[in-house]
Amino acid sequence: MNPIISAVAVLGGTGIISAALLYIVARKFKVTEDPRIDDVEKMLPGANCGGCGYSGCRDFAANCVGSGTLEGRRCPVGGDATMKAIAEYLGLKAETEKPKVAVLKCNGSCMARKHTSVYDGPRSCAIERIIYAGETDCAYGCLGCGDCVNACLFDAIKLDPEIGIPTIDDERCTACGACADACPDKIIELRYKGPKNRRVYVACSNHDKGAEAIKECKAACIGCGKCVKACPFDAITLTDNLAYIDDEKCRLCRKCVDACPVKCIKAVNFPDKPSISKEEAAC
Amino acid sequence: MLKTFRKGGIHPPENKLSALSKITDIPQSKEYVVSLSQHIGAPAQCCVEKGEHIAKYQLIGKSAGFVSANIHSPVSGTVRKIDKFKNAFGFETTSVFITPDGQNDEERHPLTSEVTAKLSSKEIIGIIDNAGIVGLGGATFPTKVKLMPPDNMPVDTLLINGAECEPYLTNDQRLMEECPEEIIEGVKLLMRAINVEKAYIAIESNKPEAIKALEKAAAHATGIKITPLKVKYPQGGEKQLIDAVLNRQVPSGGLPASVGVIVQNVATAYAVKQAVIDGTPLTERVITVTGPDLPHPGNYRVPIGTPISDIIEAAGGLPENTQKVVIGGPMMGKAASNLNATANKGMSGILIVPKRYAMRQKAENCVRCASCVSACPMGLEPYLIARLSELKDYKRLEEERVMDCIECGSCSYVCISHRPLLDYIRIGKNKTGAIIKSRKTNNK
Repeated sequence: MNPIISAVAVLGGTGIISAALLYIVARKFKVTEDPRIDDVEKMLPGANCGGCGYSGCRDFAANCVGSGTLEGRRCPVGGDATMKAIAEYLGLKAETEKPKVAVLKCNGSCMARKHTSVYDGPRSCAIERIIYAGETDCAYGCLGCGDCVNACLFDAIKLDPEIGIPTIDDERCTACGACADACPDKIIELRYKGPKNRRVYVACSNHDKGAEAIKECKAACIGCGKCVKACPFDAITLTDNLAYIDDEKCRLCRKCVDACPVKCIKAVNFPDKPSISKEEAAC
Repeated sequence: MLKTFRKGGIHPPENKLSALSKITDIPQSKEYVVSLSQHIGAPAQCCVEKGEHIAKYQLIGKSAGFVSANIHSPVSGTVRKIDKFKNAFGFETTSVFITPDGQNDEERHPLTSEVTAKLSSKEIIGIIDNAGIVGLGGATFPTKVKLMPPDNMPVDTLLINGAECEPYLTNDQRLMEECPEEIIEGVKLLMRAINVEKAYIAIESNKPEAIKALEKAAAHATGIKITPLKVKYPQGGEKQLIDAVLNRQVPSGGLPASVGVIVQNVATAYAVKQAVIDGTPLTERVITVTGPDLPHPGNYRVPIGTPISDIIEAAGGLPENTQKVVIGGPMMGKAASNLNATANKGMSGILIVPKRYAMRQKAENCVRCASCVSACPMGLEPYLIARLSELKDYKRLEEERVMDCIECGSCSYVCISHRPLLDYIRIGKNKTGAIIKSRKTNNK
């Protein structure tokens, strides 16, 4: 027989048999996937940041569709708008939550904290923390190696070498919580963004006694408790020489900011010189 | 042919500068700050009050749990306060501040030789527990826990670690040369505590005087054998020592007791003798103060709670060109950031590093030379584990046996690219350990 014909016959035959086999197998073992998963995934931001607690946007979408409820499920990046869209599409109810933002509970810049030792290991906060308490005497504050900067997928955290601590851009921050997880001291907290981006928080994590703390860092909370007394809404608690403002209760009156003798309570995005009476009226 | 462990190992310069200086006492300090967490496990609970007058050897911190240890006062005096105090690495621990009165009234209960001869295994372990003895090789694991292995692991051999493979350190060496009889007494007591017939004291061959002294002291003791070993770091690691002396291999993740061995340090044996026979709890230890530029490197008998700066002062003070002070030996020690901190039970040495050796060299790319693989005494692949730690691949880290790493630092030492391998491995090991632990508790 002509070798060309035999070759074509063998290859063609193999091809046809394989195609038939593949068709049968594909039919038999077909995985049916809910088409809604694709649609929900398209509604999500697609950053795959893991801020929702699932491994990526598709996993989150599959979970939302599969579980039949949106309770306890939230995409912090997309926020209320995205969750509402998903809820409408799936015919479910979404929980609304006030938007959050990451804040650094440390204000120990190079100017405030004296460096008493030199760390020359790998630039990683987690590694530095295993080795020792850090370059300054404060064993609680920011180490300034930038693990949070590396963890941020949204380019929202920048480390200014002049200041030595990171700054968080609230416009870009999506409150996914990656930085808070990466920080070995857990000094990054997700707090409510607040109306007009205004919020009040204690920018310190130092639990040392007052005299000690102020020696370690000029910007440290000394645990004097003046803010606790000044707060008309019982929003401030003092535990282990450190004040904490509960953002559920805080009404942004900023009496604590004025009362703080070391100015470690930060009020951000407020107009420069507010009149006190106006603030009280707002409260 | 001398014995040694088979896998890996390195030969850093020995630099035993203080080998010839006798163990000396140091002058009394103005204040002793005794930390209540000087051991692995739960911190001890303070059992004295502010203003109280306490005797030397009085119990000041009570063991809080199974893995914990008692703490005793190193001096007689008054408790000035009980407060947080920063350790050498800047972390705070609750500590007892004692102002000494210089009288040193002792509170101890020595036992007569008839009583000690009759003590049962349980009673010996009880005395060791009360005396707050912890592993003095540096890990500070409570000794009584080590002496009570799980029931399903029969132990037939006691291994006494006198290897002292860390460069520079000579505290164990001097102790073996100066107090061999006491160490043998302690070894006998430990043998009785765990009911074994055989004990080996392993010493590296670079300490011939110590080997001679212990051989002489052990001449009439039955079952105690002195084994000289070839010099190689990290011979003092438990698993390496068992491999070297007994040719037994501890399985991955297993205890030494699973191959029938319990390992104790020579200084621990010495402390056991003091506790059982002299009735003195563990309140002091021998610390080597050394460094290439230190005028008088030496070995000092230091009460716990003595400020590090006072110990350095006793050795002639910090030389001007000092850049780094390392607590422990040069291989496994950690750099101190706070010299006001005080000595504790685990402090084997203070190494004063001059400027020219202090800083790390710049890390270059890995050239895949595999020096670290050859050096690893646990047969791991350090370059790979370090990379996986950087990538946070904890599943693969577990597969690559990161938990077997003994953190000896041989990989970082041999790396020709000066890569910080151990730093990354340590963080990977920490995280992987936490994951394994949480998995275990979830399964329960």
